[in-house]
Amino acid sequence: MKMTFKKTVIGAAAILAAAFGGISIASAAGGGDSHYEMKHVHWHFDGPRGTYDRAAMQRGYQVYREVCSSCHQLEHVAFRHLGDKGGPFYNEHYKNPNDNPLVKALAADWTVEDIDIDTGDVIDRKAIPADMFPPVYANASAAAASNNGKAPPDLSVMVSARTGGADYVYNVLTSYDKNDNMMNMMMNSQVAMANPLSEGLVEYEDGTEATVEQMAKDVTEFLAWTSDPKMEARKSLGLATMLYLLVLSILMWFAYKSVWRNVKH
Amino acid sequence: MSGHPSTYEPKYAASKWLDKRLPIIRMGADFMTYPSPRNLNYWWTFGGILSLCLVAQIITGIILAMHYVPHVDMAFDSVQRIKRDVPFGWLIQPMHAVGASMFFLAVYTHMFRGLYYGSYKAPREMVWIFGCVIYLLMMATGFLGYTLPWGQMSFWGATVITGFFGAIPIVGESLQQWLLGGFAVDNPTLNRFFALHYLLPFVIAAVVGLHVWAMHHAGQNNPIGVEPKSKEDTLSFHPYYTVKDGFAVVVFLLIFAFFVFYQPDALGHADNYIKADPMATPPHIVPEWYFLPFYAILRAVPDKLMGILLMVGAIAVLFILPWLDTSKVRSMRFRPVTRLWFILFVIACFILGWHGALSPDQPVMGVKSVWWSRAATLYYFAFFLVILPVMGLIEKPKELPESITKSVLGEAS
Amino acid sequence: MSNHTNTSHENIDEDKRDFIYIATGAVAAAGAAALAWPLVMQMGKAADTLAAGAIEIDLSKISEGQQLKMLWRGKPVFVRHRTSGEIAEAEAVDVADLKDPQTDDQRLVATPGGKLDPKYLVMVGVCTHFGCIPVGEQGKVDAQGQYGGWYCPCHGSHYDTSGRIRKGPAPKNLEIPPYEYLSDTVIKVG
Repeated sequence: MKMTFKKTVIGAAAILAAAFGGISIASAAGGGDSHYEMKHVHWHFDGPRGTYDRAAMQRGYQVYREVCSSCHQLEHVAFRHLGDKGGPFYNEHYKNPNDNPLVKALAADWTVEDIDIDTGDVIDRKAIPADMFPPVYANASAAAASNNGKAPPDLSVMVSARTGGADYVYNVLTSYDKNDNMMNMMMNSQVAMANPLSEGLVEYEDGTEATVEQMAKDVTEFLAWTSDPKMEARKSLGLATMLYLLVLSILMWFAYKSVWRNVKH
Repeated sequence: MSGHPSTYEPKYAASKWLDKRLPIIRMGADFMTYPSPRNLNYWWTFGGILSLCLVAQIITGIILAMHYVPHVDMAFDSVQRIKRDVPFGWLIQPMHAVGASMFFLAVYTHMFRGLYYGSYKAPREMVWIFGCVIYLLMMATGFLGYTLPWGQMSFWGATVITGFFGAIPIVGESLQQWLLGGFAVDNPTLNRFFALHYLLPFVIAAVVGLHVWAMHHAGQNNPIGVEPKSKEDTLSFHPYYTVKDGFAVVVFLLIFAFFVFYQPDALGHADNYIKADPMATPPHIVPEWYFLPFYAILRAVPDKLMGILLMVGAIAVLFILPWLDTSKVRSMRFRPVTRLWFILFVIACFILGWHGALSPDQPVMGVKSVWWSRAATLYYFAFFLVILPVMGLIEKPKELPESITKSVLGEAS
Repeated sequence: MSNHTNTSHENIDEDKRDFIYIATGAVAAAGAAALAWPLVMQMGKAADTLAAGAIEIDLSKISEGQQLKMLWRGKPVFVRHRTSGEIAEAEAVDVADLKDPQTDDQRLVATPGGKLDPKYLVMVGVCTHFGCIPVGEQGKVDAQGQYGGWYCPCHGSHYDTSGRIRKGPAPKNLEIPPYEYLSDTVIKVG
């Protein structure tokens, strides 16, 4: 009887695996039929214990600030998030990211709209950590109008919003045709975004050479974090939870064996 | 509610007092001492697992409702806020989202178990029918819930599913717009979907009560399908099955936790991270994985209304199953030929699930996906409408054991 | 003899079994308790709520005898530019008579020069009884209570010109929010 159960489980697992395999092949095939081969990057955050590469995220923030942010917003991200645990500018001396001087300085580099409480006028002021990343355009129509009819998408959850995740974003950024900066090889089509990266476009503070691949990798690392900012907390709690459940399952097994010791079934 | 002679004796003055007025402790005690067949295997642990799923979904759901905003302009943002700013929201949100998938995983296992062991047969027809009602309510709840994050899949899923009602002749369009509260899926739709998504789980809980009541009244089925005849054939629910269910629950939680912590998005779709846009449909829309078999049946027919009728029929046929299966023998263990047909049926369901995710024109092993769906759909209905009625009449079952105890001891020796 | 051995073996087994049951129960209970923590804590203040910005107030814009009301963390903050009469009245009170003893000076914050400026009184405008907003408009004596400060219309608490509770059911003086002087005329609340 037990053997049958085991066999059935293994059989079901095999069928499930086949089904999921089919699904993933199907979804991967959905991305276009070019001869382009996706480059798979070994990400620092891959795997059950993977974490974000802080230095890469910090460089990635610089790329976002200097390049992407002229068209793309991060509407779900606040400046204080940059200093959260697991974030690019976390400093253990400032558990409250709103007090982190680096985060304050990064925020102050941005301008946000506010209302003057005395006059009611719309004014510009320097951002503080509590502010969200400001919109680039006044509204969706303005965004589309300024970009040949196609509004640049928000990047907050971009890595989660594409099948292929970080690899997808990296490949988009690194697969422009050398002779046609509107032609993306991965998408195998003309795209609305002109090739945004070129050698040495930013000057990294840590001296890393700013190749296109390097910048693409760094900004993807940063955007992977904005998509899933609590990943590190989740993975570390996950490990504890899995270990706990493993111990409990072993105890439950012995309790079960003990209760049923005199019963043939 | 327990359907067996009560053995509870109140010990204290207070419990005696209460027992005369509201025998609630007696009810719980009788539940715990319910005589269960001694040969129940692990497939029988899914009832307990499903109860846990329902409770977990209700608790995490109520919590999410405290932070979620059912408005088209804020729904997507409020989910992001839950995942970023609400204390432990990053844990509770995936628990609820993954929990829905786990719930369906468990319910499908539970249903296949009922099919295999003939748990729908007399005198358990009401148990089965209430189970089917629960399944329908779960599908409604799952669909409504998937709309709430207001991503692209939420929006277009809601558009397509409510479109089914539009296919009904004459009243269809008015009915659809009445459901939506407008010309298309919009804020009124989101508001009512949220209200109903909050309501239905409590309806499910009530029907679960009826399901368990009917089961306790008729007695549990068991792997050999022979009713318990003596005291020897049964064991008290507690501790024997509480501990067995407990073990199974923990193993189930291991799978659950794996997805919550390491693959929270694997069972969903990337497009649902794009805010709903009524101006652009994603190129390849698919429902959640647990609806894929029905989606495949829907698309197997080129006619809109027929496709919907077939899909509805695929669920409706479950309700009349107790009267379709003509065999008096419950367990497939003693029906070797029907057992093979059953295995084919399970495979057909997986094929439907697989092809529900593919584009109909995509070739698989040289055959267009839609033809795979058609073949599997045909088999799905044939199994219920032809194979089960006919096999019951022509198949000679193996000899049934005299009793549960005899079968258990016989197998052991 | 053999019987005896059997019995002791059974005792040992019994102990082992009890241990397994207790350990399993305890580990399961600990897990349930650990799970309850996030489910309860989620109702606490979210990160965006905690980060709600501080507000800056320019005191020079409030003329003598006037009161400014601003929203801070979802509650009104009162900034009263007190008249010399009101200040004198607040300072003359015998602290020993008060329900919540505090001198007027204890309810002020030092300016950058290190001195107290009794002209400006900054308070959270929420009655310490059940959270209503006290009234205290200038010129309307009946709206300032019997002590010339604030009066809570909900249950009749009277506050003096220093915002201290003098009569009525409120247990405490009006709360002073955390604030600092950025210059002699600008304060930052929060």
